[in-house]
Amino acid sequence: MSTLDSLRRELGDRIAGDLDRVAANPEAAATLFPAAGRRYGREPLVGDWTTDEAARAVLLSVLPPEHIHEIYRYGDTAEKLAVLKALPLLPIGDSAVPLLEDALRTNDTRLVAAALGGYADHLEPQAWRQAVLKCVFMGVPLACVHRLAERADPELGAMLRAFADERRAAGRDMPPDALALLEQLKEA
Amino acid sequence: MRIFDPHIHMTSRTTDDYQRMAEAGVRAVVEPAFWLGQPRTNPGSFTDYFDSLIGWEPFRAAQFGIRHHATIALNPKEANDPRCRPVLDLLPRYLAKDGVVAVGEIGYDSMTPAEDEVFTAQLALAIDHDLPALIHTPHRDKARGTARSLDVVKESGIAPGRVLLDHLNEVTVEAARDAGVWLGFSIYPDTKMSPERMVAILHRYGPERVLVNSAADWGRSDPLLTLRTAQAMLAGGFDADAVDLVFWRNPVEFYGQSKRLDLSALPETDATFAGNSILRGGS
Repeated sequence: MSTLDSLRRELGDRIAGDLDRVAANPEAAATLFPAAGRRYGREPLVGDWTTDEAARAVLLSVLPPEHIHEIYRYGDTAEKLAVLKALPLLPIGDSAVPLLEDALRTNDTRLVAAALGGYADHLEPQAWRQAVLKCVFMGVPLACVHRLAERADPELGAMLRAFADERRAAGRDMPPDALALLEQLKEA
Repeated sequence: MRIFDPHIHMTSRTTDDYQRMAEAGVRAVVEPAFWLGQPRTNPGSFTDYFDSLIGWEPFRAAQFGIRHHATIALNPKEANDPRCRPVLDLLPRYLAKDGVVAVGEIGYDSMTPAEDEVFTAQLALAIDHDLPALIHTPHRDKARGTARSLDVVKESGIAPGRVLLDHLNEVTVEAARDAGVWLGFSIYPDTKMSPERMVAILHRYGPERVLVNSAADWGRSDPLLTLRTAQAMLAGGFDADAVDLVFWRNPVEFYGQSKRLDLSALPETDATFAGNSILRGGS
């Protein structure tokens, strides 16, 4: 059973009618998607999913993929975070990479962190390395980065080392998780 | 002292202001959508602005432990530009958001037929979306603008208790009070109201249904005039409970009618990663 199926099952009757509405008329998502917290609740549901996040993921799953961009475009931060979290579950290939790029252009630490979840496998190495470095720069813990140990390469190591040099010159610390990553890359 | 500034344009303010506001006791703000000094010429310019009011600005405020909500509308001045009119069709998307606690600022600037239309249409949107309405009274021809705004409110069918009529003064307060709407006052360094005049109005009419704001924006204004006015109230003989009514409980009750006001405590801002980006200069 997929994660989407289990989220849908956990949500049960409270969302079934709305899913039918959105499937019949995708425009209905413009008001249902932002209202998810007020409509279905915000309490933890299952695993690391809250009820509103799970509801938003299953609403996206019944939308034609081309609508996902518009939902993200008009989303507030919580909506955008829910979209980014749902992306790896949706059968959309790499078509949503522009959404990650949008999130990575922001200066909101929550969006930057969320953009480096499972769907970041679709990011080109150059964009991915820049995103990891941005996390270090912004103080976002690297634990948010999906497959960090596997994807970290010598080029990322060179970028981190240069950044560490700048920090040292300025008398500022590097975050411990970034130093640990540098160590790992040195050993490789 | 806890302060809720029910009308302030933080987009136009710096992080230093947020810092000083937090130190002064400001715990919550509402930022109404308004004009930006430079007139806009297309709807996209508005949507990026609205996105900022429900995205970046609450994030910035949170760095300082301040809860940020917004009101969304096509403001009266720009309602006169036909190129901006399509913004009306985009409003329902934003009025559905958790962080949007009223339709506003709406009302009159020059009292044109275009303003009439847009004002009426947006009061209808407030009713449709079960949201209160924040109404700006005009800078020029204010008494007539206030009377006419109250007529439009009455015709719209929105309950007066769901309307906040703002930028009132000695000349316009009575008409608003008689109509049963909430009474908003903006305290400015030179224009609008001063702390001392505000205290005199409070003595005369009482603190019930009164909201006091700084309306600080890109002009000469001061986000700490809420605190100065609260201090002037205490110096003028009001007790701490009356100050709390005006500067916290009244705005909470008015905007709370949206059922979207979130005043839960924010995480500590100096240690967690969510608090770090701006403080550490992450650009």
